[in-house]
Amino acid sequence: MSEALFIDVRVDEPTSGDPGLAAKLEEVCPVDIFRAGPEGVEIVRENLDECVLCELCINAVPAGTIRVIKLYAPGEELRA
Amino acid sequence: MRFFEYESRAIVAKAGIPVTRHGFATTVAEVSELAEQIAGPVVIKSQVLSGGRMKAGGVQFADTPAEAAGHAEQVLKLEIGGQMPRGVLVDSRAAVRHEYYAGVVWDGIRKLPVMLFSDMGGIDIEEVAEQQPEHVARAHFSTLRPFSEWQAKQVIASLGISGTVLGRLTPILTRLARLFLAYDMTLAEINPLGELEDGSVVALDAHMDMENEARPRQRELLQELGVGDEETRQAREPTPFELAGEEVDAQDHRGVAGNVTEFDGNLGLVIGAGGGSLTLFDAVRAHGGNPANYCEIGGNPSVRKACGLAKLVLGKPGVDKIAVMMSIVSNTRVDIVARGVIKACLELGLDPAEKIAIFRIPGAWEEEGFKILERYGVEYADRSVSLHEAARRAVEKIQGGELAGAR
Repeated sequence: MSEALFIDVRVDEPTSGDPGLAAKLEEVCPVDIFRAGPEGVEIVRENLDECVLCELCINAVPAGTIRVIKLYAPGEELRA
Repeated sequence: MRFFEYESRAIVAKAGIPVTRHGFATTVAEVSELAEQIAGPVVIKSQVLSGGRMKAGGVQFADTPAEAAGHAEQVLKLEIGGQMPRGVLVDSRAAVRHEYYAGVVWDGIRKLPVMLFSDMGGIDIEEVAEQQPEHVARAHFSTLRPFSEWQAKQVIASLGISGTVLGRLTPILTRLARLFLAYDMTLAEINPLGELEDGSVVALDAHMDMENEARPRQRELLQELGVGDEETRQAREPTPFELAGEEVDAQDHRGVAGNVTEFDGNLGLVIGAGGGSLTLFDAVRAHGGNPANYCEIGGNPSVRKACGLAKLVLGKPGVDKIAVMMSIVSNTRVDIVARGVIKACLELGLDPAEKIAIFRIPGAWEEEGFKILERYGVEYADRSVSLHEAARRAVEKIQGGELAGAR
């Protein structure tokens, strides 16, 4: 599958290297957008468009860590 | 799923309906041996899952085992309707006094089985029903209450049959109705049902179709008949397009995006929702459209799956546009399907606004779905537009394109 068209996910830079946070995100996402890699949170880009906007990732981590951006609706995003 | 005649005979016999002495053979030697055992005139019948056997030369009569072997040699090599026979049925040729028709078929409109009986058997029942309807009796019956002999007797007697024959036909029709219910058949037919010179009544031919979805619970019967899981038993072999549809559906466990059937039209369909596919397919046809395919989506397929199905349909030679339509959905997300079909267009280098004739899926997450469709300029409709109207718009769009192309 090509680059995501509908959804982008941004992880706050300073905290993205936290292995605990990475593991948590990998666990909660139902469509496998996050992977816990050696350097912390990795985004599985081919799964981005599968995002179901469930906000589980946003609610699993400290406020402001995750932003889910709707690429089809300029200015709209999900964040804590 | 369809059964071969030799299997249908086995089902009929298992239900306690008398059949003529017969056997199934795959080699000339086996045919010879069976003919010897029958020790009388026989009929050699090709075992294919298609009609027109007699016309194609797939049914031959023989008076001796040697003659039977000679016919078998030819019939076993004879392709009928694009199919090579699985073998031949060697059937004893009975002295028949009268031929009847007995059948049970699922009536999709009444949503009940209907028993059909005619005193003019051996020929096409549709033809009899059309030309001599007074020779066809019918009665619907319940799938919930046990079927009683009285119901069968009523049907037979309504054609003026009485006495011994009525007494002999009644248990046969009763057993046919009961096997229809017990084995989840959509069609159980004995044609002809022969009254022999000695007065006995036997099934001379049988045709059974079982509901595909019933395969898991009819496993015991299928095992008994030797029908493997890999045998689809459809009226024809799936096309490469249909096989590709199966692959799309097998991609992951989420939802359904498959059950594809190929047609030769120019309007690709990405349709679904609990019977909605059939309604939509019919609606497209009713408005003069030519579907390129039938398919089913539902149960919230992933974006990847919806995209895979839409790509398959869009990539089919001759497809000008696709119509994405479902009835009101609760367990499928509108935005997910919208993402899938738009992604399919973009990945194929096509303009979604041009290629998607209409998107009519109202229901769960529709606001989000409509935002996506608006972003890409795709025409969409909410629940205030009926399925039929959506189909009409899709057909109109594709026909408008055809007219413009012709100018």
